[in-house]
Order: sequence, then C-alpha cells, then structure tokens
Amino acid sequence: MKRKALLWLSLVTMLMFSAFGGSVCAKGEGPFTIAVVVKSEGNPFFEAAGVGCREALEELGAGDELVFLGPEVPTVEGQIEIVSALVAQGVDGISISANEPNALVPACQRAEKAGIAVTSFDSFVSADGSQLFVNQADMEQVGRIQIQMMAEILDYKGQFAILSAGPTMANQNTWIAWMLEELAKPEYADMELAAIVYGMDEREKSYSEAMGLFRSYPDLRGIVSPTTVGMAAVGRAIKDAGLDGKVFLTGLGLPSEMAAYIREGICPRMALWNPIDLGYMATWVTRLLVSGEIKGEVGETFNVGRMGEREIVMDPVLGKVVLLGPPFVFNQENIDDWADVY
Amino acid sequence: MGITSSGNVSGIQERRRLSVQAFFARWEWVLFLLIAIVFTINANIAPYFLKPSVLFDMTFNFMEKGLIALVLTFIIITGQIDISVASNMAMSAVITSILYQMGVNIWFSVLLGLLAGTVGGFFNGFIITKVNIHSMVVTLATQSLFRGIAYVLLGDRAVTGFPVEFMNLGQGYVGDSPVPLQLVVFVILAVVCGLVLHGTKYGRYMYAIGNNETAARFSGVPVDRLKMVLFTLAGLVSAMAGILFISRVGVCRPDLGEAFLFEIVTIVLLGGVSIYGGEGSIIGVVLSLFLIGLTRYGMILVNIRAPVINIVIGSMLIIAVLVPKLTHFVARES
Repeated sequence: MKRKALLWLSLVTMLMFSAFGGSVCAKGEGPFTIAVVVKSEGNPFFEAAGVGCREALEELGAGDELVFLGPEVPTVEGQIEIVSALVAQGVDGISISANEPNALVPACQRAEKAGIAVTSFDSFVSADGSQLFVNQADMEQVGRIQIQMMAEILDYKGQFAILSAGPTMANQNTWIAWMLEELAKPEYADMELAAIVYGMDEREKSYSEAMGLFRSYPDLRGIVSPTTVGMAAVGRAIKDAGLDGKVFLTGLGLPSEMAAYIREGICPRMALWNPIDLGYMATWVTRLLVSGEIKGEVGETFNVGRMGEREIVMDPVLGKVVLLGPPFVFNQENIDDWADVY
Repeated sequence: MGITSSGNVSGIQERRRLSVQAFFARWEWVLFLLIAIVFTINANIAPYFLKPSVLFDMTFNFMEKGLIALVLTFIIITGQIDISVASNMAMSAVITSILYQMGVNIWFSVLLGLLAGTVGGFFNGFIITKVNIHSMVVTLATQSLFRGIAYVLLGDRAVTGFPVEFMNLGQGYVGDSPVPLQLVVFVILAVVCGLVLHGTKYGRYMYAIGNNETAARFSGVPVDRLKMVLFTLAGLVSAMAGILFISRVGVCRPDLGEAFLFEIVTIVLLGGVSIYGGEGSIIGVVLSLFLIGLTRYGMILVNIRAPVINIVIGSMLIIAVLVPKLTHFVARES
C-alpha cells in the first residue's frame, strides 16, 4: 500500500519536473523578463494598464516576457510577497504600483541588490525604493487642461463655476490653483469665474451645490469639476434642471461613469490619465533601465515608443520622475472605446 | 503524537505502539515528502531559489502566521478554537502604533501593545471558562470586537514612520548572517512549544482535555486554568505577531492580517492536528507551515494569479480536515 503510494508520488514529481523544466532560462543579454506588480487583481484600471504593458514589450520586440501580477486584495503585504518571489525568479525588471509608499522599500531594495531594475508607476514607492517613478499626472498640466477644455466648450466667453471636492483636499486645491493661473492668461479675458463651491465628494451634496449655482447665477454657462463624483452629480443636476444645451460640464471623470453625459453632449469633453499609456510607459522605461539604454539619471532624455521623447526630472516629493504627458481627453468620438475599460 | 506522550489519561493513544512501522506511518513523513517535492520544483523553476539569502528571505512571508499557529496548535488539541487571533493582531498593532504616534517611546508602546493583546486573550479565556460558552462563539464575537477596536482607533488612516531600531525587529537579520531575526524568534518558540507539548505533564493534559474533557476534569486536570492560560497566551502571541508584522512592513493599518486566520487554521490542521481535538504535534505544524509557505511561494514563482493560489490553499484546508481520518487509515493499513 505504502510502496504504491510512493511510486505514485515519484511519478507525479517526474511529471511536474518535465512540465516546469523548460521554463528555466539563463540571464544575460536578453530576452528579458519584466514584471509588473499592480495593486490588486481584477481592477479594470490595471487590466487596461496591462494592455499597455504588453504593447510596449511587443513593440520593443526581442521576445521579452511580461509577468503581470497583483495580490488578490490590495494589500502591501501581498505585494511584498510577490516582489520577494520575483527576486527568487530572477526577473530583470520590476515596475510596481504601490499600495503603500513606505512598506515596499525594504523588499524593493532587496530586489535592487539582486541586480533588478525597479520602477514605480501610478502610486510611488518612497525614498530609495525605486529608481524612477512614472508619474501619470503633472499637477500643472491637469489644472491647466481643465480651463482649456472649458474655454473650448464655451468658445472663450461666459460665466462658469468650479465644483470641487472639499476645501482641504490637496490634489483638487493644487489643480484649482493652476486653473486660476491659466485663467489669468489674456485669451480668457471674456471668461468669468463666478464661484468655487464644494460638494465634499458626496453625490447628494454635490448635486444640491450644483442646483444652488444654477439659482444664484442665471447666466452660468459651465461647471468645471475636478472630481468624478462631482462631475456625475453635476451631470444629473443639469439634466434634472432642464439645462442641457445651456450649461456645459467638464473636468476629471471616469469614462465608465460619464459615458452617458458625454454622449448626450452635456459634457462635451473631459480629461483623465490613460491607464493603457501608463502601463505602456512604465514597462518601456523599466525595459530601458534593464538593458542599460538609460541609467535613470536626472536630465536623461530618451524615446518612449509611440509616446515620443521624455526626460527624467527631479520632484521634491516623488523623487526621479518621468511624466506620462498631458491627460487624455475623452469626447463623443472616443468615449465608446473607453466606457467599458475603466 | 503517541510516541512521546506516555502516561495517557484517557487511554485512547495506546492504540499506537512505538514501533518502526508506526514511526514511518506518521503524517509528518507525508508532509516531509511533500515539502521535498515542492522544494525541488521551486528550485527547478527559479534560478535563484537555492541562494541562501533568497531562501531565508522567503521565510519573512510566513513567520507571523507561524507564531500564531504554534499556540493555536495547543488550543485545537484541547478541542477548542480561537478565531480572534488575526483581529487581536490588528488591535495590538494599532494600539502600539497609535501610542507611538502620540509620542510614547516605541519600546514602551510595544510593551503596551503586547499587554493589550494579552488582555484580549485573557478576556477570551475568562468568558469561555467562567461563563462557560464555547470558544467558537466567544472568539467569533471577539474577532469582530478586536477588529472593531482597531478600526475605531485608526479609522481609515495608516501609521508609518517607525524608528529604524523598531523596523529591525521584523526586517533585520542576526548580525551579518542571512538569518532573519523573525525566524530565530519562531524557532525558539517552536522548540519551547514542542518541549512543553511533548515532554511535560501539561502537554499530556492538553491531549487529555481534547480526548475527553469530562474524564480529564475528573482525573484532576485543571481544565479551566489551562484553557485560560492557553487563550491568554494566544492573545500575547497574536500581539507579538502583529507587532512583528508592522515592524516588517513599516506601516500599520486596521485591516492588517485580514486574510491570516484562514491560512493559520489551514497550517495547524494540515500539520495533522485534529479539528476534533486530542491529536497533533508541533513538528507536524512546523512542517505544514513550511509546506504551505513553499507552495504559495512556488505558485508565485510560476506567476499563478492570486485567485488560483487561494483555491489551492483552500483545497489544502479541505485535505487538512480529512487528515485525521487519513492518518488512522494509513496507520491501520500498515
């Protein structure tokens, strides 16, 4: 009985060996294995990023392999476990979207000590944890583009308002500061900012703030909302108040949530960073570090495939940064391609 | 199991004799063989797996679970269960980090965190023995209670920025060697647990309680006092695990270790500890810890995605519940 069991076990072992034996490859010139570690499995934003990762490696050719992993739930300990396994696997590069900036530093440093190029994207790894951060959103660009979109929609004249999240929210406040900067330019002389109100990122509060704006400013022609919760609430308010075609909406929104309003023309255009491009660029940059084509020094410039030329710059908070570029603008022509993506 | 525990109270273990045959029929050998298989597979698929530094670093991923599994082994052998351990981990860790954030010295915060976990464990033991409610019900309640405290104290914030000396606890190595401090803590605790369970009368009491609590009580075994001690120890060790955890990852959040309980119970049961009580060994649990750790690691090595890994570990839990029946079967066959 026991001897039979042993026989079976050894047979299974042999089968496993023959199945896995082929995947061992020696490290050297390449092809390389690039690992992308995301916040969690099944998040549509990262599924879209994964599409970009594959595109980048296909374009770079050379038969590189992509390893795309994330923990089942977005925990940092799950990511630590994955990174340590990637070190044992001997991958050549790791690009990670960190669930927590500090906790991943020791694991990432161990990877770097093993000769692996480590970058972060979307959410950065702090201090010396990663060599480069692929930053999806430059505060200045994101702020300025919202005024530019509003101006294009209103043909550079008329009264508009800003409906933000909360008065203490750092991201939104920085964007608004850049919006005001942009608005000071002479081409916006005929545009007037009527008010800045706060919906606290709550649907009901945002909705009633929007309704309040319609009452207080009868000549109001547009609302900019730098938060997707605010955007969706304003969209509904415009519809409910029967103001479609009179008041227009723009800002930063999720295509899946805003698709209906974009198709109806209530929100002719809005912006957000593109996850596919983000994955594409993170993978591309990591691959360049792995092959030694870039060193990861401040001031280095290089080509990122279809995205064009980029430069490594220093950010006081984020460290060495490569910028994704201007946010992606969604409109009636392209919204159908994105509504189901994220 | 039957080998070192002489002086049976209930007589149930006399069935197994100290013979060569019985020795090799033990579940531990199956675990050992499985570890050898998984180990060779891992070594075959990952070029750097056999590097000592990689092997030692791998243990970081499951030492906290191992610490708790050791004490949970005692509890399950007595026929009890503690499902509040992972929540207690979070509560103690949150208390430690909040105190530190308030400006308390880090080591004093650690001490108070350990105390909080111990009190939580004592609370479990007290309700179970004095109010005489089954541990399943009590610890199910305290599981929510402890987790709730963690959430109330920390909300959706995270505490980070611990001092380097503290971080060394969970991330550090022994001198210049590649041996993690955590592993040393675990080995010491495992040896102590093994000696107590297999070499002292208290260990024999555990099996006696698990086999027949009423009989043990009438034979003069201080059942309630032992249970109280066990649950209190479980609290202390959970707090230790929680503090090692935040020291390792350098950040404390109230949801930490939310998926731990499932894996800890799997480790204990797959180690040959019977869910019905009265059976099991520390060696088996240690082997099972490494088996599950190596299996998880191996699956990540071949880039198997997270949901599939959970299916595999889940299947191992089912196998683990069948283990006591299997061991009896194997023992009888040989």
